[in-house]
Amino acid sequence: MIDHALLLARFQFGLNIGFHILFPAITIALAWVLFALRLCITRGWGLRDTLRASYYLWIKIFALCFALGVVSGIVMSFQFGTNWPGFMNRAGNVAGPLLAYEVLTAFFLEAGFIGMMLYGRERVPNWLHLVGTFCVAFGTTLSAFWILALNSWMQTPQGHRVVDGVVYAEDWWAIIFNPSFPYRLAHMLLASGLTVAFLVTGISAMQLLRNRSHRPAQGMLRVGIVLGALLAPLQIWVGDVHGLNTLEHQPAKIAAIEAIWHSGRGVPLMLFAVPNPAAKRNDYAISFPAGASLVLRHDPQGELKGLDAFEGRHPPVAPVFYAFRVMVGIGVLMLALAWWGAWRLWRGGAPTRWMLRAFAAATFSGWVAVLAGWIVTEVGRQPFMVYGVLRVEQTVSSVPAGSIALSLAGYALVYALLLVAFILVLTQMALNDARGTGTASDGSGAGRVGEHAA
Amino acid sequence: MTLDLPFIFLGLMALAILAYVVLDGFDIGVGILLPFAARSEHDIMVASIGPYWDANETWLVMGVGILLVAFPRAHGVILPALYIPVALMLSALIVRGVAYEFRSKASGWHREVWNWLFSLGSLAMAIAQGYMLARVITGFSDGAWQAAFGVLVGFGLMGGYALLGATWLVIKMEGDLQRRALRWGRAAALLAALGVVAISLATPLASPRIVEKWFAWPVLLWLSPLPLLSAAAFGGIWRQLIRLEGGASRREWIPFVLAVWIFVLSFLGLGYSLYPYLVVDAMTFRQAAASDESLFFVFVGAMIVLPIIVAYTLLSYRVFWGKAKALSYGE
Repeated sequence: MIDHALLLARFQFGLNIGFHILFPAITIALAWVLFALRLCITRGWGLRDTLRASYYLWIKIFALCFALGVVSGIVMSFQFGTNWPGFMNRAGNVAGPLLAYEVLTAFFLEAGFIGMMLYGRERVPNWLHLVGTFCVAFGTTLSAFWILALNSWMQTPQGHRVVDGVVYAEDWWAIIFNPSFPYRLAHMLLASGLTVAFLVTGISAMQLLRNRSHRPAQGMLRVGIVLGALLAPLQIWVGDVHGLNTLEHQPAKIAAIEAIWHSGRGVPLMLFAVPNPAAKRNDYAISFPAGASLVLRHDPQGELKGLDAFEGRHPPVAPVFYAFRVMVGIGVLMLALAWWGAWRLWRGGAPTRWMLRAFAAATFSGWVAVLAGWIVTEVGRQPFMVYGVLRVEQTVSSVPAGSIALSLAGYALVYALLLVAFILVLTQMALNDARGTGTASDGSGAGRVGEHAA
Repeated sequence: MTLDLPFIFLGLMALAILAYVVLDGFDIGVGILLPFAARSEHDIMVASIGPYWDANETWLVMGVGILLVAFPRAHGVILPALYIPVALMLSALIVRGVAYEFRSKASGWHREVWNWLFSLGSLAMAIAQGYMLARVITGFSDGAWQAAFGVLVGFGLMGGYALLGATWLVIKMEGDLQRRALRWGRAAALLAALGVVAISLATPLASPRIVEKWFAWPVLLWLSPLPLLSAAAFGGIWRQLIRLEGGASRREWIPFVLAVWIFVLSFLGLGYSLYPYLVVDAMTFRQAAASDESLFFVFVGAMIVLPIIVAYTLLSYRVFWGKAKALSYGE
C-alpha cells in the first residue's frame, strides 16, 4: 500500500508542478516585454498606435497566464505539506525559510501590484503605472530566484548539518548560492525568455496568416524573432556549462542522461537509442564515437563514470534519457527557426507563408522544452529528495492512497480542461484581434473587462 | 535579550489567517452573491473585487506558509488530516481564479458558464474552509456528529463571507444594486450569527479543557464581553442596514466595519479556546516549532518586508477607492 501512496503522491505533485511551471515560464519574461512596451509608449519610441495595440493584446494574455500561475502556485504551497510531510519534517529548516522569503518578497510584490498594472492605467500617473509594472516583473523574477535557490539546494546541498536525520541550516549564503544555483537560475530565466519569444512569434504568425497587413503582429513577430535569435545560442551555451556543473556534482544524473551503463574512456554520444535497464545496455543505438567524452571532458579519451558506479543510487534511465533529447532537440530547432527568421529580416524580406506556418507550429515549443528540462533535472535527482541527504521514500505522506487517487483525478480533470480552455481562448483572442486594422481603439470587442452588458 | 520566536510566529500566523479570512472573505462573498444579481450587474460586481482578489489570496499562502515554516510538525499532522477538504478548497480556488480571468475574455453563453463557475468556486471555498475549521476544533476526530458540525460551520462561514461581500457591495455599489445588497446583508447576517452560535456552543463539547478555560470564575467575567460585543455587532449591522435602506443614514461603511469586527471577535474567542495548542490537546505550538536559527532568518526578513507589504496593499486600496467603476486594461 505504501508504495501506491508514494507513486500517487509523486504523480500528483509532478502533475501540479508541471502544470504550474507552464505559466511562470511565460509570465517571467512576458512581464519584462510588457514593461519594455510601456516604456517605449511612454518615451514615444516607435509607432505609438501599433505599440499600444500590441500592449493591449499581450496584457490580456499576461493576465490570463498570471491568474493560472497564481492559483496553481497556491496549490503547490499546500502540496509541500500534504504530499511530502517527511520532507518538511527533515529538511523544513532549510526549505521553509526559502519558501517564506519567496512569499514575503516576491509573491506579495507581484500580487500587490498586479491590480495596478492591469487596471490602473487610467487611475494612476504614468510613472506610477510604470513603477507598478516594474514591480510585477521584478516580483516574478525574484520568485524564480527563491524557488530555484531551493530547488538547486535539493540538487547540490551545502551549508547545512544533519543531526538525527534532521537538517539544520548553518550558512544561509552557502545554502542559497549553492554550486548549481547560478547555472539553473540562468537556464530557467533564459528558458522563460525563449518560451515567450516563440509564443510571441507563434501568435503573431497566426495573426499574420489571417491578416498579412496587421501592423501590431508584424512588429511583435520581429520582437519575437530577435529575442529568439539572441537567446537561443546563449541558452545552448548556458545549458552546456550547466551540464558540466552537473557532471561535477551529480555524476549519476549525467550517466542517466547519456545512458552510460559502464564506466570507461572514449564514451560514445547517443543520438538515439532505446535504453535497456535489464541488460544494462542500449538497443538500436545511433551514436557518435567518443562524443560524450568529448562534450563532457573536452577530450575524446576522457573518463566518464557509468551507472555501474552508482548502484542503487541512480535515477531511472529512460525518462531522463528521452526527456534530455527532447529538450536539446527543441533547443536546436529553436535556434534554426529563429536564425532563419532573423536572416530573412536582415535581408529586408517579409516572412514567407511557410515561415509563418513554421512559427505558428512552434508557438508552444518552449513549454515542451521546459517540461522536458524539468523532467531531466527532477527525475535525474532520484532516488533522492535532497541529493545524497534524503531519499524520497523517507518523505512521503501517511495519507491513504485512495484519498490521493481521488484528488489526483480531480486535479487532472481540472487541469486538462483549463489547458484546453487556455489555448482556445488565447488563439481566439489573437485571431479576433487580427481582424481589426491594428489600432488600439478598434481592437477586439471585449475591450472593457467590467463593462455593463446593458 | 532573547526573542520568543515560536510565540512571535504564532502571532504572525494568527494575523495572516485573520487578514486572509477578512480580505478574501469579502471577495469570496461577492462571488457567492453573484447569482442573486441580474446578468447586467455581474460585471460591475466583479469589477469591485478585480484589483484585490489576487493579493487577498496571498495571505492564505502566508498563513499556511508560516505553519509550514515555523511549525513543521503541526503542518505535517494538520494538512494530511485535512487532505480532502484542502483538495476541494484548492480545486475551487483554481476554478474561481481562472473563471475570473476567462469570464472577461469570453462572450455569450461561455461567459455565463464562467460566471457560474466563479460563483460555484466561491461557494465551495467558503464551505471547505468552514469544514476545515470544524475539523480543527474537534481535533480531527471522526463521526456523524463531527461531520454534521463540519457542514454546519461550512454554511456558517458561507454566511459570514456573504455578509462581508454584501456589506462590501454596500460601500462599492450605487442605486438599485446597493439596495439589494442591503437586503442580502441581512439574510447573510442571520446565517453568520447561526454559525457563530454553533461554533461557540460546540467548541466546549470538543474538549473538557476548553470548558474549564471559559467557565471558571472569575475568568468568565472578563471573557463575557466577547459574546456580548459580538451580539451587539450583529444588532448594529441589522439596524444600520435598515437605516441605510430607509435613507435614515448615509454611513455606508458601518456594516462592513462591524462585520470585520465580528470576525475579529470570533477569531479571538477561538484563539483563546485553542491556545496553546495547534492540534487540540495533542500538540502545542512550542512542540511544533522549527529550529531557532531558521525562525530567526525568516523573522529578520519578515520584519523588513511586512511593513512594505502593508504599505503597498494600502496604496492599492487607495488607487481603486470609491464606488466601483468598470475595469479596463487601458489602451
